[in-house]
Amino acid sequence: MDTSSLIHAEQLYRYYGDHCAVKAVSFELSKGEVLGFLGPNGAGKSTTMQMLTGNLAPSAGRVQVGGIDLLDNPTSAKRQLGYLPEQPPLYRDLTVDEYLTYCARLHRLARRRIKEAIRRAKQRCGLESEGGRLIGNLSKGYQQRVGIAQAILHNPSVVILDEPTVGLDPIQIREIRTLIRELGEEHGIILSTHILPEVQGTCTHVQIINRGQLVFADSIEGLETHLHSQHLIVVFRNPPALEALKMLPDVVDVQVLADNRVRLKYSGENPAAAIAEEAVTRGWGLMELVPERRTLEQIFIELTCQDHSAANSIEEAA
Amino acid sequence: MIGTIAAREFKALFLSPMAWSILAVVQLIIAYLFLAQLDTYMLLAPRLAGIGAAPGVTDVVVAPVLGNAAVILLLIAPLITMRVLSEERRARTLSLLLSAPISMTEIVIGKYLGIVMFFLVLLGMLALMPLALLVGTDLDLGKLASGLLGLTLLLGAFAAAGLFMSSLTEQPTVAAVSSFGLLLLLWIVDWAGNSGTEGSGVLAYLSMLRHFESLLKGIFNSTDVAYYLLFIFTFVVLTIQRMDRDRLPH
Repeated sequence: MDTSSLIHAEQLYRYYGDHCAVKAVSFELSKGEVLGFLGPNGAGKSTTMQMLTGNLAPSAGRVQVGGIDLLDNPTSAKRQLGYLPEQPPLYRDLTVDEYLTYCARLHRLARRRIKEAIRRAKQRCGLESEGGRLIGNLSKGYQQRVGIAQAILHNPSVVILDEPTVGLDPIQIREIRTLIRELGEEHGIILSTHILPEVQGTCTHVQIINRGQLVFADSIEGLETHLHSQHLIVVFRNPPALEALKMLPDVVDVQVLADNRVRLKYSGENPAAAIAEEAVTRGWGLMELVPERRTLEQIFIELTCQDHSAANSIEEAA
Repeated sequence: MIGTIAAREFKALFLSPMAWSILAVVQLIIAYLFLAQLDTYMLLAPRLAGIGAAPGVTDVVVAPVLGNAAVILLLIAPLITMRVLSEERRARTLSLLLSAPISMTEIVIGKYLGIVMFFLVLLGMLALMPLALLVGTDLDLGKLASGLLGLTLLLGAFAAAGLFMSSLTEQPTVAAVSSFGLLLLLWIVDWAGNSGTEGSGVLAYLSMLRHFESLLKGIFNSTDVAYYLLFIFTFVVLTIQRMDRDRLPH
């Protein structure tokens, strides 16, 4: 077992009665990684996260946290975990300081370290001035921050956040994203979200889960290559005949769109340079030459829509 | 770790007006009963003086007051225990405990001890009333201690049953009603026992009242103490099992 991996999940299954919510999910998380967990509602994101944090026991499979088996030795494995569930587990009748002190004790922090740990967590989550306020009186965004503060309080090596930016305003979302990137440098982070740009902005790795199964798992760099769609959009002032375009090197298909726009499908190397040269020598009057990129959203929809015709029609429309 | 959870539970009770009002109401009712009982004793005292082995003030005042207190606490206990686990479920705060490095056993025992600490406060306040008699007269301290021990064990049993009922549901009121039902049933189950039919001995043995009554009379019988300890143990273990069942696949 490689001890540098913080989370090692192996063939996780979870059944609710006959319904299989998570099926054969395996993955690794190493230090310095921020893993974005994507999936439609009910795909098994939360169930997976609950299994990683010991809130649910898997029907089959193993989870290791920092090399310690979560099922055989839950207390020492959980010491390395910080978890923010979908609904932050807050006691509304406590003040922020009281609540965080209680959390620190639950995580068995030494008494003399509690104060410092709370000060640090509050400062990281922008709660310095809210320490004496009742959690029940805080706004949703601040409650979410208290939830995050609770998850990072004991400086765990793995932080698991289930939709941490829900209900926050755009400024808070930016702050939380910065915080997550910062935390990602020294911890391992798993983050689930519906907001796709958030993944591209904060994560180093992406996983898409659909109907309980992982359908995509790659690093952000790997994702970039998936985003290139091998299409170019070209606009000419004096459009040439379609045949002339088809003769260009590497171009395999030409489609005419509205307003003199032409969509070229190529195979192999990007032929943009050749097209530009050709356009200049033949006087086509090149006005635009743009590589068409797929968005993460399109990949997400393709992977998660089981109905292929629906996925295709969305792609055509795009 | 158990202590942390118990302390939080104990403090949480006092954060709402519930605990305060319960303490006040119980104190008021029992103080009234105590005074009424004391009045009766004053009337009887001259006649009792003539009899050789007459019942003393402990028998006439303290034992009935503690007996009545048990019935009142039977009504009150479900209100204290109802939210102990169901509220955590409802507010979804249970995951905080579940993802912390604590076992389910520690969580449940911590919760249980938190309630018991509250009941001990209640009991301490009740005990002050009979103890106040020490100023003017002599008490049979052995009998008083045995009665208080009985009440403590009884409250421990109420807490365990209430804890279990609270683990079954998300609704505190449902937990309160069902634990009240369970306690009352176990209280009166020996009414059938008096009929002398077959199996009535078992029913009488199950009754919480029977075991309490002998302690109240000052008869310390290890069977009675064992009954309460087994009762508490059983319901705490059932609660741990019930809470763990949510986590495990089925």
